[in-house]
Amino acid sequence: MASSTLIDKTATLPAQQGGEPPRHEDLYAKRKQIYPKLAHGKFRMVKWLVMAATLGVYYGLPWVRWNRGEGVPDQAVLADFASEKFYFFFIELWPQDIHFMAGGLILAALLLFLVTSLLGRVWCGYTCPQTVWTDLYIWVERAFEGDRAARMRLDKAPWSVNKLSRKLGKHAVWLIIAFWTGGAFILYWHDAPTVAAGWFKGEAPLTAYWFAGILTLTTYFLAGTMREQVCTYMCPWPRIQGALTDEQALNVTYRYDRGEPRGPKRKSESWDERGDCIDCDQCVQVCPMGIDIRDGEQLECIHCALCIDACDEMMVKIGRPKGLIAYDTQIAVAARNEGCTPPKHKIIRARTLLYAVVMSVIGVLMVWGLATKSTLETNVLKDRSPPYVMLSDGRIQNGYTLKLVNKASEPRTMLLDIAGPGGLSFKVIGMDHEGSETLELPVEGFGVDRYRILVAAEAGAPRPQITFTVTDAETGEADVNMSSFRGAEQ
Amino acid sequence: MTDETKDIDKHSGVETTGHSWDGIKELNNPLPRWWLYVWYMTIAWAVVYMILMPAIPALPGMGTNTKGVRGHSDRVEVAKAVADLQSARDAQSVVLLDANLETIETDRTLQQFALAMGESAFGDNCATCHGAGGRGAIGYPALADDVWLWDGSLDGIEYTIRHGIRHDADDATRFSAMPAFGRDGLLTGSQVDDLAQYVLSLTDRSDDAEAVSRAAPIFQQQCATCHGVDGTGDRAQGAPNLTDAEWLYGGREENIRATIYNARNSHMPAWDDRLDDATIKAIAVYVHSLSGGE
Repeated sequence: MASSTLIDKTATLPAQQGGEPPRHEDLYAKRKQIYPKLAHGKFRMVKWLVMAATLGVYYGLPWVRWNRGEGVPDQAVLADFASEKFYFFFIELWPQDIHFMAGGLILAALLLFLVTSLLGRVWCGYTCPQTVWTDLYIWVERAFEGDRAARMRLDKAPWSVNKLSRKLGKHAVWLIIAFWTGGAFILYWHDAPTVAAGWFKGEAPLTAYWFAGILTLTTYFLAGTMREQVCTYMCPWPRIQGALTDEQALNVTYRYDRGEPRGPKRKSESWDERGDCIDCDQCVQVCPMGIDIRDGEQLECIHCALCIDACDEMMVKIGRPKGLIAYDTQIAVAARNEGCTPPKHKIIRARTLLYAVVMSVIGVLMVWGLATKSTLETNVLKDRSPPYVMLSDGRIQNGYTLKLVNKASEPRTMLLDIAGPGGLSFKVIGMDHEGSETLELPVEGFGVDRYRILVAAEAGAPRPQITFTVTDAETGEADVNMSSFRGAEQ
Repeated sequence: MTDETKDIDKHSGVETTGHSWDGIKELNNPLPRWWLYVWYMTIAWAVVYMILMPAIPALPGMGTNTKGVRGHSDRVEVAKAVADLQSARDAQSVVLLDANLETIETDRTLQQFALAMGESAFGDNCATCHGAGGRGAIGYPALADDVWLWDGSLDGIEYTIRHGIRHDADDATRFSAMPAFGRDGLLTGSQVDDLAQYVLSLTDRSDDAEAVSRAAPIFQQQCATCHGVDGTGDRAQGAPNLTDAEWLYGGREENIRATIYNARNSHMPAWDDRLDDATIKAIAVYVHSLSGGE
């Protein structure tokens, strides 16, 4: 079906009315196996490099060590659920610091938006795990079964020892990669050397086996057999990205202004009367999504740019300039098609500016937050029941719980000072502090401790505020908490 | 393929399903077939599930729901989870059993464990009368203040929890009994009125000096044996201090009069047989922490 127009598909299709409803089977389409051909060129090279880098980071990162001192995990990146900490090189996040994680996710989302509005689906085409592992799996497939044509022949051929051994080899290597992938995942949640060794001895936690198993299966099926179906049917991003891209975004584009009218070229034919597209189908054959880029922007297109490589190679062979398929904007292609000069590409647009500004603001806030993150956190919770009690001598007593969080790895001694109206006295349950104004509270390294404090004051004071000041005895780092005192007012 | 029998939508070039509503036709953009298979699999799984697990509710004449061949029961699972939790706690409970109460309160780790355990046990068993946080109510002593009728030390609190107050079934229970002076005819109504004024005068709240002086000899004769000559009470006999700001049964004139006339001897059950030793110790530490105890 060699359509000469891009948008209006009806031109080549018979317009009919009536007819029978389709048979039931037609309501569900069988998946058509796609046999992507190996492309050669700069984008293919970029993709190999990105694959090496991303896989290298994924498999290698848990083994990177980072010394944090005695008794603290020395894994550079570790989500330590058991002790409720997240370690990322020099950053240590507590459950109380969850907003940093939220900030990181917001930054990542905005970066995705920004890149999409500038360069289309770069994420999908180069760095998405689905793309990277699928690419890796196709590489394995190619190693066992050959390139596109050989694979198609093999699948059509009757079963033989040759076919069986190639298929078995392919699936075996796929499973090994899948297992390696699932196994690497659990290294991020436990001390990597310990859990890796323990895993094979049956000493790892149940969740480690569970998640390694799940990730092994999902890797095997998503990258091995599901492939483009994941992008087309499961992933929400292709739908969302339609709202994030615009006619100014640099997308992988077939320049129909140059390519049309297309068709096979005879030796005698001159280039003057026709387009540069010779209908060689190379762009379709290398496409991992099984689409034709010449149909324009499509939901399925992950913008991996392999069709650019394939087309450029062909253009060189036939002696035409490269770039019939290239990163270009819709607006530029449309302008050239009309015979106008394409407008200058605008990188700075309202939406890119907005994303960049919001990203900068959040980035600055996060850096500021991380830089000034204190290693000491205190909270004072006032008893709600009873709000106060009257003592036998007529004084009023309120109960408080002081929560001390020491985010430093070494044990520290905190000085507690409680200030309020005159006649105030306090005691800390379980501590002997007769007659001393300030109180020494020991807190363990990475410790969370609770102290119960009773404060008594004379009745009649007008709504006194109680100030709890906790100071590090050595560094002087201090945290102040105010709390109300009830029952004294009359 | 017989294109002639298909209804192709003019605008999109896509085949329709032949369904038409008010002229609007449904396009047939086929779903992937594996979706259909996934759906079949869920149906197959539902059948397997109904065989394995309790699934079909009681039908008429069947008596009970189907049990499933795995014999799963949520009730059994819950009971097992509770038992597992108990045995997980046992490790630390044992430490509580071995340590004396002072050690528990001053050891940071033990204290945190005892307070957490004590707070939840207190909420389940004690807060019904004593209130959340031991706030107390009329007739139910506040545990968050500094007044202790019997003994506010850690050991004293533990003893009270174990043996209760005026709990007949326990020989070691804390016991005191104030006579019902009015109801039993030991004193006349006007004498009770005067005595109420006298008790008020102990906290400087009486404005009837004559009544106070009339009642003074009666107090010394009837009340001082237990409450003391100066009304400061005697813990050994379970007699409360009448000179402080705390009134278990209310401190107004009519409350005091009613107490003298009818007597008030409320009860607390003994928990020795109802709670295990570790829980009792944990509650003792928790109650002691509410006020600092004695």
